[in-house]
Amino acid sequence: MASYIATVKVMLKKGILDVQGKTVENSLKTLGFNQISQMRIGKHITFSIEAGNPNEAKKIAHDATEKLLYNPNIETYEINVAELT
Amino acid sequence: MKFGIVVFPGSNCDHDAYFALKHNLGFETQFLWHKDTNIPSDIKCIVLPGGFSYGDYLRTGAIARFSPIMKEVVRFANNGGLVIGICNGFQILTESGLLPGALLKNTSLRFICRDVFLKTLNTNTPFTSLIEKDRILKIPIAHFEGNYFADDDTLKELEDNGQIVFQYSTPDGEVTQEANPNGSLKNIAGITNKDKNVLGMMPHPERYCDPILGGIDGSLIFKSIANFLK
Repeated sequence: MASYIATVKVMLKKGILDVQGKTVENSLKTLGFNQISQMRIGKHITFSIEAGNPNEAKKIAHDATEKLLYNPNIETYEINVAELT
Repeated sequence: MKFGIVVFPGSNCDHDAYFALKHNLGFETQFLWHKDTNIPSDIKCIVLPGGFSYGDYLRTGAIARFSPIMKEVVRFANNGGLVIGICNGFQILTESGLLPGALLKNTSLRFICRDVFLKTLNTNTPFTSLIEKDRILKIPIAHFEGNYFADDDTLKELEDNGQIVFQYSTPDGEVTQEANPNGSLKNIAGITNKDKNVLGMMPHPERYCDPILGGIDGSLIFKSIANFLK
């Protein structure tokens, strides 16, 4: 068994208005950051996994994300799994 | 005939619902604990109340949907039992897959607590049968995440099947952008599943079942349920 670190990035789907991102972007504009646009805010989730090999660790991270961490109606995700050294 | 109100950790409208059903309207009512794995056979309608189940962590309703009782609620609904989810209860119903779509943050990014007006699009459901066709309901909302979203295909299906039950409207029943408090697609305030035995709505009918609290329009929904189950 080895330890792995999983990082899951969850974002609202493209095309869904991200009111939080929009509001923060507008706030930055009032601070003079007029170059900034298209801001989106998502979730960054990390956790450790005990698994026999990298593929098993990836599968566990994937299953956990599909089961609970993201909502397919409104979100997309990216997973990164790395062995803990 | 008995109503059962599920209590999740963080539910805070459970007692309001109990008071409205039991004391304002005189229906037999009991609480159901989120860890229960059995729904008593005399329960004919389950209420998923408003609140902040599990602190709204991760997504509203996402964790409550895995409470032990939810397996039984899904089974109950799939067998035709009546389920009404109010506010957080609506969010739990979408997370559990009993209703399509999702509730996003209000476009104003504000928690909104005020009366809204509702147009009833479908009076041919167990939840709306006693609402006269052109009667506009006044019922309060209190939420941060009530902005209903569904993809185009789902929206079309909802419309085609008469599943859009309540829309935010003006006091005269006009469905306008100004009457939409939270950015919901098509001003959606409440929907049912295809079979019409599961209703989710953001407004709080349990808060308007007593004239002293500002209105009684909410009672029409619970009376419709009782009438259906009679």
